[in-house]
Amino acid sequence: MHYNVSRRDFLKLCGGTAAMLGLSQAWIPQIARALEQAAKRPPVVWLSFQSCSGCFESFAKADYPDVATIVLDIISLNYQEVIMAGAGAQSEKNLADTVAAGGYITIVEGAIATGIPEAMMVGGKTSEEILGEVTANSAATIAVGTCATYGGVQAMNPNPTGAKGVGDVINTPVINIPGCPSNPDTMVSTITYYLLYKKVPKLDSKGRPKFAFSQKVHDNCQRRAHFDSGEYVEEFGSEEAAQNYCLYKMGCKGPETHSPCPLTLWNSKQNWCIGCGNGCIGCMEPDFWDEFAGFYDTLPDVPVPGFIGVKRSSDYIGSTLVTATMTGIGIHAIATAAKGRFKENDDISEGSDD
Amino acid sequence: MARVVVDPMTRLEGHLRIEVEVDNGVVKDAWATTTLFRGFEIFIKDRDPRDVWHIAQRICGVCPTSHGNCATQGLEESFGVTPPDNAVLVRNLMEAAQYLHSHVLWFYGLNAFDYVDVVNALSAKATTPALKAVKDRLQAFVDSGQLGFLANGYWGHPGMLLTPEQNLELSAHYLQALDIQAKAARALAVFGGKFPHHMSTPPGGVTVIPTLQDIVNYETIMKEVSDFVINVMVPDTLLAGAAYIDLTKIGAGVGNFFTWGVLEDVASCDPYKRALPRGAIFGGKLSVEKVSPADAMEFVKHSWYTPESGEGKNPGDVNATTEPEFTSFPEQVGPDDKYTWTKTTQIKNKQMEVGTLARMLVAYLSKAPGATKIVDNALAALGAAGKPEILISALGRLATKPLEASLIVQKMEADMAMLKDNIAAGKGEWFIPNDVPESGQGVGAWDAPRGSLAHYNHIEDGKISNYQATPASNWNFSARDDNGARGPCEEALVGTPVADPEKPLEILRVVHTFDP
Repeated sequence: MHYNVSRRDFLKLCGGTAAMLGLSQAWIPQIARALEQAAKRPPVVWLSFQSCSGCFESFAKADYPDVATIVLDIISLNYQEVIMAGAGAQSEKNLADTVAAGGYITIVEGAIATGIPEAMMVGGKTSEEILGEVTANSAATIAVGTCATYGGVQAMNPNPTGAKGVGDVINTPVINIPGCPSNPDTMVSTITYYLLYKKVPKLDSKGRPKFAFSQKVHDNCQRRAHFDSGEYVEEFGSEEAAQNYCLYKMGCKGPETHSPCPLTLWNSKQNWCIGCGNGCIGCMEPDFWDEFAGFYDTLPDVPVPGFIGVKRSSDYIGSTLVTATMTGIGIHAIATAAKGRFKENDDISEGSDD
Repeated sequence: MARVVVDPMTRLEGHLRIEVEVDNGVVKDAWATTTLFRGFEIFIKDRDPRDVWHIAQRICGVCPTSHGNCATQGLEESFGVTPPDNAVLVRNLMEAAQYLHSHVLWFYGLNAFDYVDVVNALSAKATTPALKAVKDRLQAFVDSGQLGFLANGYWGHPGMLLTPEQNLELSAHYLQALDIQAKAARALAVFGGKFPHHMSTPPGGVTVIPTLQDIVNYETIMKEVSDFVINVMVPDTLLAGAAYIDLTKIGAGVGNFFTWGVLEDVASCDPYKRALPRGAIFGGKLSVEKVSPADAMEFVKHSWYTPESGEGKNPGDVNATTEPEFTSFPEQVGPDDKYTWTKTTQIKNKQMEVGTLARMLVAYLSKAPGATKIVDNALAALGAAGKPEILISALGRLATKPLEASLIVQKMEADMAMLKDNIAAGKGEWFIPNDVPESGQGVGAWDAPRGSLAHYNHIEDGKISNYQATPASNWNFSARDDNGARGPCEEALVGTPVADPEKPLEILRVVHTFDP
């Protein structure tokens, strides 16, 4: 093998990916073989447009494998503005050479400025021009973060620069990995999936890999039992907050947010948003900045306990909320009961382009 | 005379284009262009004020914690709420972790390839098994023929002055630093949920109520980070500083510095008593003056904004505005051209440098606890005892980073000790309940690792009616002013020798010292 990591570390990496992809341990040797058999490290171009660089920052927090292993031993990161040694003419040559050779994966961070194209320029070209040139010859395109997927923070009303996600600008297929920032485990697993199967994983209607985004934060939340028991935080810094009660009443958007966060967690599984006592702000959903604005306002239309046979009565939630949610309750309660906590498991080994 | 353009300037957060005029191998003039505009001031307007500290963090994914803390402080002023001591301590601990994350990432990840020749390291004699392993790994990487992110670097440039052995050792530390920066972010996540973009500091305090396990986790992880700063990064700086001592002769810049101060003194909450205290220095004089967010003024003669977006207004003015008005992108910047998305931001009509050098000069001259000893020791090691003025240079910006990092380690340890004492004494207050006012105004003035930032808010009818932010880039990458005076980075570039205009490594060096 040309990989310059120990066999043990390499299998550990494959094990982490297998877990994320929902594959059993039996798959690990196959993942390892698929990665090892590559004749050369797959070239990757990382484009940065209207962004805060936070998604690359997040990528650089990957742990199995860590970022050094990724860029030295697994992929050939031919263009990435935050870490590449060259600048100006030197870096642009790397990009031109890679595009001319083809067979690379394009990762895009940041939104495309379409209203004021000059609001995002690199090397004298607009973001739309660069995106078109680079993706035209790309083997696959992965948009990372909520900016590149759906426009993100700068696309908030009134979207002064006409910021758009990659999929709204180019016509070729795009894998969307939203999040503000995007989660490193999900990014790495998606890249691995592509290298393993040479095709795009099954995507949901918003372009997100189903293996990661088919469940909601609420489905797997560590604090779910408190929700079901009607045990809520009603004030930060309170005894209930210290008991890690449910943050639903503090505005948590977990019930409406598709995300693997409760499973992947963040920063080497150290913690996550809800773990530090603030509700989810829904950063993996399109347009969350507008749709979920009022991050501390309680979500309406959430199936509340009491209707699905748990111990506290709905009165505990408060009459205002109950009124606001009554119409939604019946449908949600039935749907939840029918599906159970976990949705059907996609056979991801059969990945398709649907 | 020849124009040299570096676009994109890489190894930074955001997007930057640098144009210089080179004559006889020396930079005679320079223009810094930020090539990204997003419009935070526009889309924060009319928002729920409680959401704003989340939005504001997205200004910078490398220093979101500082933007979040700064925004929250400004909102606390307009909400009329004071966070409890424990919350201030937890915010300090998160900020300290972010500073160490940022300084390690900057020194190695963003800056090192300007000085460390990775290819040259392959001819080094590896003196330890660990160094041999690194050398073998790099050799295998180079032998693969795919240089990836190292392709087209400035390897073999005549300005690279380290020995092969030094290059190998620093290359090994580069790889180690990639691990350490992730660890510092992990420590931040103990209290912040995640990094980038933490979740625990709304106006009024913190949402996290640390457990004993949280405290042990933070301390254990940060111990490793602190050890790296003190035992690896500081010595590496002195090694590089000695080899590149000529950097004291270039990059002085505008000679005006200021900081809003960072890392709160919990007892006083006085910005002049922060671990890195507030203050300003004018004209390279070694004395410190007071400075207020009300002193900031914005101009747009050379920036793509409407005239009303400048006019010398203070960003806290109720009529302050930031409305884009793109004209054209000059092929070659002329004296009257608009050429950047950064406003010209000034104090007392002076271009002002911000960042670590500014903070360490103010701290040293203010005799902030710990600062005197740390700076004096470093000056002695560089053979410049008693001459702090040599720090007003490219080398000064480079050398003060690890010094500041070691000062922050001391502050972090003191804050953690106080937090533990508070918890042991039963002081369990973390959050003061508060409400969004019908109307109000406030300003947060704080420092990110790369420089001073202020967030000015106005609230009417319970919503944000005006929000203006002056992040670090507005100062260091300020465009020329109405009289043609260059911004700090532009001025620092003038006089820089350029050995090979096709490979302008020296330009990268000076720009990177601003930690953009």
